[in-house]
Amino acid sequence: MAKPRAYVMVSVDADTVVIGAREVKTRLAAEIGTCGLGEEIRVLETGSFGPSDAGIVAAVMPEGLVYGNLTPERIPQLVEEHFVKGRPVSAWLLAGEHILPDPETTDSRGQQYFGRIVLDNCGRIDPDSIEEYIANDGYFALGKALTEMTPEAVVEEVKDSGLRGRGGAGFPTGLKWSFCASEKADMKYVICNADEGEPGTFKDRLIMEGDPHKVIEGMALCGYALGATQGYVYIRGEYKLSIERIRNAIEAARENGLLGKDIMGSGFDFDIAVKIGAGAYVCGEETALIESMEGKRGLPRVKPPFPAKAGFRGKPTNVNNVETLANIPFIIRNGAAQFHGIGDPGTPGTKVYTVLGHINRAGLIEVPTSVTLRDVLEDYAGGMRSGSFKMAQLGGTAGDLLDASMLDVPLNYDSLAKNGHSLGSGAILFMNETIKVCDFLHACMKFFAHESCGNCNPCRNGMAALLELTARLKKGEGYPGDIALMEELVMGMQSIAFCPLGQSPAAPVLSAVRYFRDELHAGINVDAVRPRPEHTMRHLMKLAS
Amino acid sequence: MKTLDDLRKMREQVRKELDMRSGNKRARVTVCMGTCGIAAGARETMQAFLRELEGAGLGDIAVTAAGCAGFCEKEPMVEVEVKDEKPVRYCHVDAAAVARIVQEHLVGGKVVDDLVFA
Repeated sequence: MAKPRAYVMVSVDADTVVIGAREVKTRLAAEIGTCGLGEEIRVLETGSFGPSDAGIVAAVMPEGLVYGNLTPERIPQLVEEHFVKGRPVSAWLLAGEHILPDPETTDSRGQQYFGRIVLDNCGRIDPDSIEEYIANDGYFALGKALTEMTPEAVVEEVKDSGLRGRGGAGFPTGLKWSFCASEKADMKYVICNADEGEPGTFKDRLIMEGDPHKVIEGMALCGYALGATQGYVYIRGEYKLSIERIRNAIEAARENGLLGKDIMGSGFDFDIAVKIGAGAYVCGEETALIESMEGKRGLPRVKPPFPAKAGFRGKPTNVNNVETLANIPFIIRNGAAQFHGIGDPGTPGTKVYTVLGHINRAGLIEVPTSVTLRDVLEDYAGGMRSGSFKMAQLGGTAGDLLDASMLDVPLNYDSLAKNGHSLGSGAILFMNETIKVCDFLHACMKFFAHESCGNCNPCRNGMAALLELTARLKKGEGYPGDIALMEELVMGMQSIAFCPLGQSPAAPVLSAVRYFRDELHAGINVDAVRPRPEHTMRHLMKLAS
Repeated sequence: MKTLDDLRKMREQVRKELDMRSGNKRARVTVCMGTCGIAAGARETMQAFLRELEGAGLGDIAVTAAGCAGFCEKEPMVEVEVKDEKPVRYCHVDAAAVARIVQEHLVGGKVVDDLVFA
């Protein structure tokens, strides 16, 4: 049988599955078969191409044409026109242009694929095929580490690369690894934190769905470096397709001797299991995650001891975010120096974002850490869809609100920290003037109040108080002094809440006060008299005693 | 998978297949597949191209279909466009002609003059 001359790659991720991507794929394959083209044209599943507002998307390779908003009903006409008669159906092409460029191309669209580290395979390979991952240099980093490098050398390489955790806190990954590596224990664990709970952030899901083997390889490398033999991927239960694809990848890696006993004859044993989370926001915090893995309620632990000393089942444990681990194969394969040369020297490499809001092209992007918010908005997101830029929230609900004055700050930990901001988890929400700051803050507080685990008083009562405060401001019924009260509350919570959840409201609230004080003031009724003293931090602590 | 060499072997083997998917091609073969082309045997021409290209080990050539070019009596027609060169149009391309085009034009780099549509 001759090799196929063309491939139709249907983007199947959790968003497109629910609107029928698999039906479209089945229908395509059937229709192509009916037309006698089954041997010439192959239909495959692949991960996300990026756009998240174009319905079911499929690319025809090698032409590089991408169709959007496909339905099973459109398939017969598509096959008849494009594949039988050779006439692309221009009306259904996405933006009528090639949107899946080759990495070699250097036009502005090509740049989106050029230099990708984490998403280089996303939308280009079949995620369920270990062979296709290997064809793209997959598992060569693991092979290199096992045959040419000591575990210490792997830790050093990651340290030298300057990689910082991509889960939001930005802690240097190599340093974190060295803590766990130096522990002596009969058992160590590596955990991949795939409990992506931050609203608007779904980059980890798309990484796992588009290139699951990269995460597996990153974990195996981590295991080798740390002397761990067992890994777990903690995936939230809602991520059904991620769970399916990660499980398939683990199975395929085992069958090919890339997981299990004596990997590649090196004597290194490592295996991975999937643990399904129940979708609690707080379980993204690593000690709460470990508690949940042990079958207990997901409450954060007192630190120290840190997980590197006593984590899962009391053994040394290293927890890294999906994106962090997906960077590791590149670093080991190409060396720390090459990675360090990409993006901003303080936060080398790239960052994966999900961009959403009032923009023309919502979806998934990967950009060097030297690009600014303006670059993202204009070059990658295609500008504002309606109205003009008012503000952006960086990094999910627990992220800072930025106004236009911050558009030219590069998106990396150091540059943002200089301006008093943080990078967050990887979502960028662009908003136009139709969004009122008071409404927006109230929506954020609703989320936090719902997710607060109730374990510690500052978070439990503080969230309730913030919810009430923002509700008042939203209705224009705020009492004079409410803004100062809100600031005091979040700052208090930031310093005494037990875990990062209770510290989270500080970011959106303080940045909103900083940039939109006038608008918040408009939510205050200057004639209103506060009926009783309330909600000060001291008052809240009294409630607890 | 026992050694790094096994991994390398697998990579090379699958890479050839994936080359077909890449948009970065050295040349493009377009077979006109309107009703007239198909009636004149374009389907067999297409199959012949896929067979010959695989036989010659050429993974960097895209084969696509197009509609009727307007010269129905000259079908099956094929356009061969090597990167940075002028496209060449061949007519009455049967299986034997395909073998010559692949060997002489795509491998040898020389246009098959007697088959060119003029």
